[in-house]
Amino acid sequence: MKKMKMTKTAKNNLITYIMVFLAYIAVQILLATGNISSLMKGLLVPLCIYVMLAVSLNLTVGILGELSLGHAGFMCVGAFSSAFFSKCMDGAMPDGVRFLLALLIGAAAAGFFGILIGIPVLRLKGDYLAIVTLAFGEIIKNLVNVLYIGKDKNGFHFSMKDSISLHLEEEGQVIVNGAQGITGTPHDATFTIGIILIFISLIIILNLINSRDGRAIMSIRDNRIAAESIGINITKYKLMAFSISASIAGAAGVLYAHNLSTLTALPKNFGYNMSIMILVFVVLGGIGNIRGSIIAAIILTLLPELLRGLSDYRMLIYAIVLIAMMLFNWSPKAVAWKERLKERYFPKRLRKEKEVK
Amino acid sequence: MSFISYLINGVSLGSVYAIIALGYTMVYGIAKMLNFAHGDVIMVGGFAVFTIVSTLGLPPILGILIAVVICTALGMAIERVAYKPLRNASSPLAVLITAIGVSYLLQNVALLIFGANTKSFTSVVAISPLKLADGQLIISGETIVTIIAGIIVMICLTLFVNKSKAGQAMLAVSEDKGAAQLMGINVNGTIALTFAIGSALAAVAGVLLCSAYPSLTPYTGAMPGIKAFVAAVFGGIGSIPGAMIGGILLGIIEILGKAYISSQMADAIVFAVLIIVLLVKPTGILGKNIQEKV
Amino acid sequence: MKKFNKIMSVVMASAVTAALFAGCGNADEKTPAADSSSEANNAEQETEAADDTASASGVFKIGGIGPTTGSAAVYGIAVQNAAQLAVDEINAAGGINGVPIEFKFEDDECDAEKSVNAYNTLKDWGMQMLMGTVTSGCSVAVAEKTAEDNMFQLTPSGSSVDCVKYDNAFRVCFSDPNQGAASALYIGENAVASKIAVIYDSSDIYSSGIYEKFVTEAANQPFEIVSAEAFTADNKTDFSVQLQKAKDAGAELVFLPIYYTEASLILSQASTMGYAPIFFGCDGLDGILNVENFDTSLAEGVMLLTPFAADAEDELTQNFVTAYKEKFGDTPNQFAADAYDAIYAIKAAGEKAGITPDMDMSAMCEAMKGAMPEITLDGLTGIGMTWDASGEPNKAPKAVKITDGVYTAM
Repeated sequence: MKKMKMTKTAKNNLITYIMVFLAYIAVQILLATGNISSLMKGLLVPLCIYVMLAVSLNLTVGILGELSLGHAGFMCVGAFSSAFFSKCMDGAMPDGVRFLLALLIGAAAAGFFGILIGIPVLRLKGDYLAIVTLAFGEIIKNLVNVLYIGKDKNGFHFSMKDSISLHLEEEGQVIVNGAQGITGTPHDATFTIGIILIFISLIIILNLINSRDGRAIMSIRDNRIAAESIGINITKYKLMAFSISASIAGAAGVLYAHNLSTLTALPKNFGYNMSIMILVFVVLGGIGNIRGSIIAAIILTLLPELLRGLSDYRMLIYAIVLIAMMLFNWSPKAVAWKERLKERYFPKRLRKEKEVK
Repeated sequence: MSFISYLINGVSLGSVYAIIALGYTMVYGIAKMLNFAHGDVIMVGGFAVFTIVSTLGLPPILGILIAVVICTALGMAIERVAYKPLRNASSPLAVLITAIGVSYLLQNVALLIFGANTKSFTSVVAISPLKLADGQLIISGETIVTIIAGIIVMICLTLFVNKSKAGQAMLAVSEDKGAAQLMGINVNGTIALTFAIGSALAAVAGVLLCSAYPSLTPYTGAMPGIKAFVAAVFGGIGSIPGAMIGGILLGIIEILGKAYISSQMADAIVFAVLIIVLLVKPTGILGKNIQEKV
Repeated sequence: MKKFNKIMSVVMASAVTAALFAGCGNADEKTPAADSSSEANNAEQETEAADDTASASGVFKIGGIGPTTGSAAVYGIAVQNAAQLAVDEINAAGGINGVPIEFKFEDDECDAEKSVNAYNTLKDWGMQMLMGTVTSGCSVAVAEKTAEDNMFQLTPSGSSVDCVKYDNAFRVCFSDPNQGAASALYIGENAVASKIAVIYDSSDIYSSGIYEKFVTEAANQPFEIVSAEAFTADNKTDFSVQLQKAKDAGAELVFLPIYYTEASLILSQASTMGYAPIFFGCDGLDGILNVENFDTSLAEGVMLLTPFAADAEDELTQNFVTAYKEKFGDTPNQFAADAYDAIYAIKAAGEKAGITPDMDMSAMCEAMKGAMPEITLDGLTGIGMTWDASGEPNKAPKAVKITDGVYTAM
């Protein structure tokens, strides 16, 4: 019995990997034959970014069982730290090396913030934890918006007021310009890099879930007091999950920063709206269901683009579709109805499942 | 002198947060859900009054009454269609996400009906500002009305919850839905009533928000909604006096932070204070501490 | 159960993806901008209804991008409407070089990433020239793409410096530094006031851009900046602190390099406080008199440097405002005027360059690039506007003052 269950998880994970791989191959074929629209081509990297964000938040929400509304803040940290690095080092080293270093810096910075924020935050519970993560996300966004860093021959200058108070020399260059952010980040992100990063994220998360550490994390989710009583170090495992989740979000931020030539911390892209959007991916895809997150992130990112034909009604329809999908996926009545349908059309599989149980 | 002036401004802003937070905390306390669409119901209330008073030229008091009716109906409809089916879903997050969907929906419907142009709201408050210390300190009529309205709402809600039968039913539902049902309480009806009251409060809050800050767009409710949510958590979410205190404190912190630390970092300051308060007192200022059991 | 959920989501995902690719397939068949004749024919069939004046040579496809939903929707919708108005007028008058224009506008929600998506959508549709984007941040992101593709881009209102970094990009509005310097110069030269306070939106590119240049230029001017306070996108309802500081510092003039939505709140809060300095703004302030239900007496004495005023007496403005009101029910703001001029600038440059719809995107861009610095346009936002090859417009801002609820020239 036990062996069968193991193979089932392994099989499940394999399906996820294969799915991503097949998607990659399919897109590559389309790209090679030129059968792909500009819109789709432009969306490839953002899709990878959102998939990574959804998967990483699922680690916090689904596996660790804590609601975080500040995930975009980690993405913001990753994006800005890496863009800053890339902007400073552009031309000083080969592009590939620079991007790799930027990636590591972005992920490390976000992971560091994850630990920094996690230590106080993870003591809280439920909705209070959610609101504090939201608060941290907003603080990060707000601070990035008043951050001014310039460089001239005397080295780096730093200000929290405006670019004038940097007192740069004539030839000095403002790198991080407050609300105007960082412009002219090199365009390094490609679909292949995005897919590789998704694979790495999946390997990290899926292996974590199926490891001893992962089971410890899930035991905290299921019953914190019981977990504590059998000697599980709550803080350690919570922080572990939280910071891994943060650094994957940071890596997604690196991709984001190197995909657009302009990087600004707006409420739209790094505010609580974005954090909530990522949470929508996770919940719609199924809490704790990694493959579901991937699919939901893809659907919900494509949906507004597909609805462009509706012009003025686009976002309205999007909202309605979102509500409808939530009701369909989550309401107990719809769930029971689907169960009945399944009984009618797939009786064999159902019986098999029951036997397994 | 300027400090007192800042303080007064803080109270004015805080009173608006407080009255929104009262609605928020009410719904949270009973239904245990973060109603992200609450801010947008406020916006609907604002537009209802705007249409009735400024476009149709009817008296403000009628406008407020109709707005309350509209928002109440809207709140109950939202609850019935979008929240109720998910009440027994396997995760409480499902209804949170639906609330976000409803929020988008309301914003976009308002955008289609009223357009994106800013509307200037005519204040429904006819009281002239109170001038103290030779006109150095000014308390606007809106502030006075908002604070009084906030206190009245707070007292009424407290009395309603503690003294009336329906209020007791709400308390019972918030404690334990299953047990309440067994005691013969109509759980669905009670929750619907909670949403009705919360939305009626949102209408009042919308009128006062727009009177104090007379600019109305489909996105007017979003940010005050979030701030009021923070205020409610600050005061201890679920606690009615907590919402009032949380709202006013939040307003004061925001204004003083802007005045003495940095006007660019006002939000960071507010959120930092929130975090500190929650770390010291994890359930907010007046929140109950719930013992966790296995 | 879970499995069924999964199956459903896979089915939905594939349906969505299939729909997308199907959509693309169609678009691809129609669009390749390089393939001239078949494209022109297809495009023509597609728009038979729209262009009865169409000759055999097809249509020009002009795309527009801007926020039509989200909190910046007011600007995007104005641009969309005014551009459509200009396109309809031009088509009624015979089009560009006798060829009608087809115009399509896509929403970007004021998000750089969505803006690039919108650009790609328009490219799939077969766009040959871009009139956009409306907001600066998005404009910078899209400019990167248009430069890569060598597509002609004319932004009506993208005012930050980097919007026209590449030589294929032009703009209709003033650049932010230009406005900041012009405002400081005007205040200094005319000795409007000696103590000045600034209230600006530090989270907005437009506002902080003007502010920085204003402060730099102020050093050379005979006035002093006594207070400079910011607000942010998340904190723009209460301005009492900023106003109080200006008041305490004894500022005689408050410079507002912001949009009129926030300015209307500032004016009403200043009035409640009993603070009545001179308010001075830039083109973002235009539109304040047309805020529905706004008490215009609050704006009495407000000065602004703007290229456009909806109340101007000249025939062109009058006709535009009447037509716009008739069609969309609103008074146009400066964004609308910029967009209207942008379409006419494309027409003028297109006629100068003698472009034809069968040219490919890149060739058209080259031709337009060459023609832009040669045209002179009498538009809503300036008489005798010309462009530099760098993409900047040359036009004079008009200083206007609000008296008795209308703009009067100073």
